[in-house]
Amino acid sequence: MKSLPLLPVRPFSGNTSEETRRGRTPLQNMIAREVTDHVRSWRFAVLLSLIALTFLGSMYVSAGNIRAAVANTQDPDHLFLYLKLLTTTDGSLPPFHIFLSFLGPLLGIGLGFDAINSEQNNGTLSRILAQPVYRDNLLLSKFAGALLVIGCLFVSLSLLMIGTGICITGVKIEPEEILRISGFLFLSILYVGFWLALAILCSIRFRQTATSALVVIGIWLFFTVFFKIVVNLAVRAFLPDPAYLLPTEIMKYNELILNLLRFSPGQLYTDGTTTLLMPSVRSLGPLTMEQMAGAIPAPLPFRESLLIVWPQVSGLTAATVVCFALSYALFMRREIRV
Amino acid sequence: MEKPVIQLKGLTKCYGSLKAVDRLDLTIHRGEIFGLLGPNGAGKTTTILMMLGLTEPTSGSVTLCGHNATTHPLAVKKVVGYMPDNLGFYANMTALDNLLYIGRLNAIPEKELHVRARQLLEVVGLTADAAQKTSTFSRGMKQRLGLAEVLLKQPEVIILDEPTLGIDPAGVRAFLTLIRQLSREQGLTVLLSSHHLHQVQQVCDRVGIFVGGKMLAEGSMDTLARGLFGSAANGVRVTVTEPLFDEHAKELRRLPGVEEVTLDDRIVEVACSEEITPEIVRFFVGNGLDVRAVQPVRYGLDDIYQTYFETKQSHEKPAPATRKALFRKYE
Repeated sequence: MKSLPLLPVRPFSGNTSEETRRGRTPLQNMIAREVTDHVRSWRFAVLLSLIALTFLGSMYVSAGNIRAAVANTQDPDHLFLYLKLLTTTDGSLPPFHIFLSFLGPLLGIGLGFDAINSEQNNGTLSRILAQPVYRDNLLLSKFAGALLVIGCLFVSLSLLMIGTGICITGVKIEPEEILRISGFLFLSILYVGFWLALAILCSIRFRQTATSALVVIGIWLFFTVFFKIVVNLAVRAFLPDPAYLLPTEIMKYNELILNLLRFSPGQLYTDGTTTLLMPSVRSLGPLTMEQMAGAIPAPLPFRESLLIVWPQVSGLTAATVVCFALSYALFMRREIRV
Repeated sequence: MEKPVIQLKGLTKCYGSLKAVDRLDLTIHRGEIFGLLGPNGAGKTTTILMMLGLTEPTSGSVTLCGHNATTHPLAVKKVVGYMPDNLGFYANMTALDNLLYIGRLNAIPEKELHVRARQLLEVVGLTADAAQKTSTFSRGMKQRLGLAEVLLKQPEVIILDEPTLGIDPAGVRAFLTLIRQLSREQGLTVLLSSHHLHQVQQVCDRVGIFVGGKMLAEGSMDTLARGLFGSAANGVRVTVTEPLFDEHAKELRRLPGVEEVTLDDRIVEVACSEEITPEIVRFFVGNGLDVRAVQPVRYGLDDIYQTYFETKQSHEKPAPATRKALFRKYE
């Protein structure tokens, strides 16, 4: 080590904004670092190619069947070309939004499961928290950084989709379709955001990255695979023999099962995206004949579809906020020991 | 009198029933280098974490540069540079990028930041490795980068937790010299924790001996030595050409001021309450013995440390415990 040239001792000037880099606050710097970290990581490259591949696959299938779908005048939605592009399938591959209900969690988990504990294990956590930044800024930067990356991914994928659609068919996109696709994007980002928040929560709770990854993946598997089975089993135990039930009672039980299933975020997401992408869907539960009487099979306006999915959106938002709040509660007063 | 830079009052931290830090009072003034000495698990790191507001004390208060560390940690973190004992860097970023990132979190203006980061990398001798990713760094290099990072924000107080762990002896010397130089030139207050006695001895103005969450003793090396060994703080070791006998020792003990005499063939160690080296030498010469060497005996930190541990042990654990048991890990 050499001797130190006398540095001018500068009175500390605080966080005045004109001093910081291009007006960046420490929080923005942290988010920028997170984004760089994600974008350069192998993990993200793998996840990105996975999402891109499923997107290309489902687009390929739907582009092949688009002519038939649009020509099908029985379908009240047949004029929404771009929504059709997102939802049409010939059965060989599920449509993109169903794919996303499986892969979205993986994306969120992959970007968040080691958010805090890897920093702690690498010894960077105590160094960062010894700097004059708020503790919650670190959590926020983890959340915002990953969400920003995911948002960019989804938005660019759908723009690609729309662009390709315009190139192939030359059909102008309707404002209603733009609204619905934006709604779909928002819902998808929110959905991934929920899993991200859950993963970050686990990364705070568990010291080992492997443990936290296993726990979140366990929760994800439970909701995608076992939850339906558990609900069915549980309801069947209580359900009287349907043969002795009135139709209205059967309806009630059906409603109950559906509502129980909606505890799974995946169900909320599928409900929401289906309603948004298929304008003719007017209810997410069963409808009685009386309710259907006099209804013309026509697409709903965007506002009406939005009203139908509003509970789902609120539910997902609430779940995300709860995870995030728990993360805060755990992290803010925890002792930062290396 | 100037306001103290670091002031701990009745600081206590409990983990369940375990008292990690027990009613600690400590005052450190500007420009001082204070060494916090203690075995593993003595509560050094916990104390440091409380100073930075990284953990909350159970009771008591920490004031750094006039800010309460528990309620206003941000104000404290602006003026304190902290180097944890197990420090890591973002492995996929270069050394320079790591420094720049920390600088940005401290809101240092960009132009100044670049100049200063390069300057500091040169100071710690990492200029050639500035563009290397930190994943390739050795422990010692990380430690040096850590020091650069601490200095980057131009702190008023530096807190170093086991700063010399994992550096080679030459590196340790350079590191400590640099810290001392910084403290002297810029009036930096330094608090360093360690269980390496000799290193602490080299640089610290004052040391505190910290065992089991309690500060057993505090003061400069001289004060500690005098407090411990009392009147017998002075000593002389004399080497003569001929073997010595017990009669010599008996006669030596008769000299005024001599407390104790230890004989070992041709070497005699005399502990005395006053400075009576000339009398001792005159005694040997008068007895016709050729004196080959006369050395003053100073009690070092080693002795102080050991004595404190022994007294503590004899107070707390009546059963004879080996010294080794002290160094077992509590953590």
